[in-house]
Amino acid sequence: MFSTEQSCWFIRKVICWRAAASIAWAVLLLPPITAVFVILSRFSLLHPIHTISECFSLLMSASAIFSFILLCGVIIMVGFLNLEYYTVIPTIACSKIAMFGQLLHPRQFVNTLVHCIMGIIVAWCCAVTIGGRYETLGYPCTQSDGSTQMCLNEYHLILLLAGAFVGFSHSLLGVIYNMNYVSFTTVQQYKYLRFKGSLPLVVKCSATQALYSIRNYIVVYFFLGHIPRAWICKTLNLHLNSSIHTLDSIAGLLDLSLLYHMWISATFLLFTWYITLLLFRIFVTEVYSFPVQSSFTEDAHQCLPKVLSEKQSVIVKFLALQDLALLSQHSPSRRCEVFSLSQPGGHPHNWNSISRECLSLLADLTQRLVAYHDTVATNGRAKSLSTGSERKSSSGTSVTSGTEEFMSPRPTLLMKTPASVFARSIGRGQQSPLTAPFTPELDSPFTSPSLRRLTAPLEQCSPWYGTVQSPHVMRRAPKLWSASTDSQINGSCPPSPASVPSPQQETSKPSLLTQFLQNRKEQVKNFLAKRVLIMYLFNKLPEASSQALFADSQAHIWALEGLSYLVQASFSEDQFGVVQTTLPSILSCMLGLQEAVDRHFKLPHASSKPLRWSSSMGDSTYKTLRFALRATLKTAIYRITTTFGDHLNAVQVSTEHQKRLQQFLEYKE
Amino acid sequence: MCSLALFPPPLPYGQSTLCESNNELLSGTNVEDGQNQESSPLSLYFPRESLKLHSRTESSSKAAFLDHSETLWMRSAAAWRDGGLTGLLTEITNSYTEVPKWLSMSSGCTLALLRSVSSLHGSLFPHLTLSSEDMIAEFSQVLDWSDCVVRAFAWHPHADKFALALLDDSIKIYNPKSATTPTLKHRLQRSVAAVQWKPLCASALAVACQNCLLVWHVDPCSLSTRPSSGCAQVLSHPGHSPVTSIAWSPSGSLLVSASPVDTAVMIWDVAAESCVPLQRVGGGGVTFLSWSPDGSHVLASTPSALFRVWETRMWTCERWPCVKGRCQSGCWSPDGSRLLFTVQGETVIYALTFTDTPAGIPSSTSKGPQAASVVADLSETTFTTADGDIIVGGEIQSLVWDPRGERLAVLLKGDSQSTDRPAIIAVFKTRTSPIFELLPCGFVQGEPDAEPRLMQFHPNFQHGALLTVCWSTGRITHVPFYFLSAGVPHFGLSGSPLLPRPQDGPSVLAGQSLFSELLS
Repeated sequence: MFSTEQSCWFIRKVICWRAAASIAWAVLLLPPITAVFVILSRFSLLHPIHTISECFSLLMSASAIFSFILLCGVIIMVGFLNLEYYTVIPTIACSKIAMFGQLLHPRQFVNTLVHCIMGIIVAWCCAVTIGGRYETLGYPCTQSDGSTQMCLNEYHLILLLAGAFVGFSHSLLGVIYNMNYVSFTTVQQYKYLRFKGSLPLVVKCSATQALYSIRNYIVVYFFLGHIPRAWICKTLNLHLNSSIHTLDSIAGLLDLSLLYHMWISATFLLFTWYITLLLFRIFVTEVYSFPVQSSFTEDAHQCLPKVLSEKQSVIVKFLALQDLALLSQHSPSRRCEVFSLSQPGGHPHNWNSISRECLSLLADLTQRLVAYHDTVATNGRAKSLSTGSERKSSSGTSVTSGTEEFMSPRPTLLMKTPASVFARSIGRGQQSPLTAPFTPELDSPFTSPSLRRLTAPLEQCSPWYGTVQSPHVMRRAPKLWSASTDSQINGSCPPSPASVPSPQQETSKPSLLTQFLQNRKEQVKNFLAKRVLIMYLFNKLPEASSQALFADSQAHIWALEGLSYLVQASFSEDQFGVVQTTLPSILSCMLGLQEAVDRHFKLPHASSKPLRWSSSMGDSTYKTLRFALRATLKTAIYRITTTFGDHLNAVQVSTEHQKRLQQFLEYKE
Repeated sequence: MCSLALFPPPLPYGQSTLCESNNELLSGTNVEDGQNQESSPLSLYFPRESLKLHSRTESSSKAAFLDHSETLWMRSAAAWRDGGLTGLLTEITNSYTEVPKWLSMSSGCTLALLRSVSSLHGSLFPHLTLSSEDMIAEFSQVLDWSDCVVRAFAWHPHADKFALALLDDSIKIYNPKSATTPTLKHRLQRSVAAVQWKPLCASALAVACQNCLLVWHVDPCSLSTRPSSGCAQVLSHPGHSPVTSIAWSPSGSLLVSASPVDTAVMIWDVAAESCVPLQRVGGGGVTFLSWSPDGSHVLASTPSALFRVWETRMWTCERWPCVKGRCQSGCWSPDGSRLLFTVQGETVIYALTFTDTPAGIPSSTSKGPQAASVVADLSETTFTTADGDIIVGGEIQSLVWDPRGERLAVLLKGDSQSTDRPAIIAVFKTRTSPIFELLPCGFVQGEPDAEPRLMQFHPNFQHGALLTVCWSTGRITHVPFYFLSAGVPHFGLSGSPLLPRPQDGPSVLAGQSLFSELLS
């Protein structure tokens, strides 16, 4: 109850105000952006002065003010959606099907719908502002028989639909590129300078993205444009003017002025939204300075040690860790408070709770990596060894007996895509046939080495099903994907035997039946292998599991930095020696993590660098977090060893870690 | 204040400086010197003839092939790929027989317009008209970079090893404790302007190249003598080449790079391969970067008469306009509170003092000094030696300060045309606390006809300071300065602090103090 109250305090007092400030700035920036848009959309080379004076008179008109109010509403709505949908830990889809699951999630559906509507509103404002042939939806026209009717203005319609399409694709790309992910920068800058620095990128992104969206939209409209047109005509009782040809033809769409206006409207739309997003990111990730200790007990829950142990809200924890990393680097007086003793009693409460929290974060990551590595390694070996022997015979005794292979079940049939709720339902629906191709068989057509690795994490549940499983591995299993959101936890590895398909239960029966089943399985597998769509959907995306494992590593990076800087400072600043008591556990925790990270990077795909695209507003920082973590970890250990030097030989750590430390002391890592 | 006249005269011909001991520089003849060289494993010699140089560049090999007629489309595409917009326009203008007249006319006009704009830009910032090789030579800390056998040199900040870049674009890593000397070569490793090891890391080496930045990861335990180019990370940003200067943050987390063409300083997060440009108007580029040892400030000089001092917490900067020319070189005192710098066209060393920020205020910029003070005047001075008059002094190429803040080495440009104005290294004794003082120490000279090109202090020499000098002959020598440290040990130094002891014979030196804060 207490912590709920506390996180409420922070969300209410800080995050909401920051979001409100970012929205206010976005609204304030709207008039200049609109002015630029008006000038660009109505500019004519032949009468430059005339255009500008016309633009000014337009900006003062009542319709402009009305559409401006509408645009403000849209901006506020976008800002609100940003606040509602943002995350500091990205959701990483491990396969295409998981990605579809995310796209079809009801929450995402609402988001898409709202974006479409907002797109239509912005497009309507654009149409009114551009004026001319775009201004109204209907206009009086004379039909061939001489009668006057209200006719549909297709130019207006195409612009409105373009707005809807751009809003739709913006929302879609938001999921694919993780646009709701808010990353923290390593370089602290003032908000204005950060904004100024990213402005050219936003202009570039919105222009290129608008270009692509409009290109796609034209293709869609060319083929399907007649459907909405007919529907609008029918509902609003408008007629088509038969004297002018329709726009879903090549001649109609090859109108340069129309294309330009669509593109500039889409750019305007995306630019205002991106600016809102950018401002939101800048404001939310701004450093917040928590007090280390407070003299008043009612403020105690706002202090750094308390906030660090916060479980409710991730953003609070992230900001607290960021503050810890910065204070440990730059602020001697606040470090002094961390090292201080409590007044009555003389306990180092501040340091204890801070170090405990950081160490538990790091230990959690270590455990996650070890569990992941165990699963991947055992699955890798399961190709040649039996499932049963793999765990016990860790010394690598090659018990490759064919019979044992049949004896031990290979419960690889379940489709386990961690991030996908959707995938689970499919897996239930059609169990064995669908999932059969994910068994990495050497003779299957999927046995490209990369794929074999890719499919391996899919079967992460397999070692836990069956006979000989150590219970602690069982316990660790759900941890594997806990890095990410709730949906991932839900999607990960239900260890219930109920989900194991029934044919598997019979595998221990006479081998004739097993043989038969195996053959069938092969056939189904081969059959499905030829279905490109299924392959496409269920293929693991390379390195996605690695990315998902390190999705929240920004917190670990800060914890490492904070701890190492504090330990470094303690060499000269810690008067009471409070750090010395925890030094062995810090060292062994870091060395343990170092070992786990080293082992993880030996896995294929873990050390391959992701492709980067620069012209997107999506933040791809999460793709390289694991490299950043590896570098920070090494630097952190070196920081401690360089500071303490040979004194570290007196610190009590296990012999293995002692050896490792010696390597660091000799600069051989 | 003045000057070089207080220095002991340069050594006679044939003698070279060996070391400093008991407060004086000892010299030896060539023979002794040679023996000394052999005994020390780290003294290296790279004869110019031993290096295989690129005989011709890639683009000039075009002339060796017969002209092959391609379609206009193919040629245009190739021109777009090779030369960008200007290349395409040139191609279209040149092939006026095949394209419509209006197209060739308009592209010719656009080309002329572009050229006039770029020449206008070039007249504002003359350095932009230089080729990238010339630009590196102009702004490098190395004296006469283009003719240098050893183009860049870097000691590892913690371990006893160093990396050096040679004229043939390879980098070698020497470690006295290991038999292997890895040679690093990469397709993109051209015209290396600077190398630097990452602090708090055993393996990462950043290299500033003509077109990009490379970060090598050389495993110190590996036995391989030719690490593959897969060990190198390529960091590039459009419009940020050639890179002439790089600097790691002392905490090892960030790397900054500068290019005279780009007005932005790039801050790289090397592991994530992402960069943040710090753009400021004015200056026309950034030529030289130096991170203060305590990590609080970065000096960034520009090609025009202006330099900036960045504060690294919130990355704000102070502008320092110079009167005469650009800031050529600079170095920081070990505690990061004092910056010494030199200006092109002047023969003096300036000092700026930065006071620490009041602790606890998170985002305030440090209150900088109001004006720079002159601490040393190195104008030309004539020494009469047995071999005739020698003129020493003049413009300064680079400054280095040893990690304890006790010796300051100044590389004087001299004049390579005349024999009586040699390039020479002048070494000062310095004291930073309680007050800043500058005392003469002596000149460091090498074997006959060898010009010093590049110098660096060893980052943690136990017995004083160790100056490594790369000579024009391709020889690398190490000159130790043996002294007992009078100051406090520098930040982050391992081991127990050294006991403060008074410097030997302060009364003798006090009489010839060049600069003292008490006097100024």
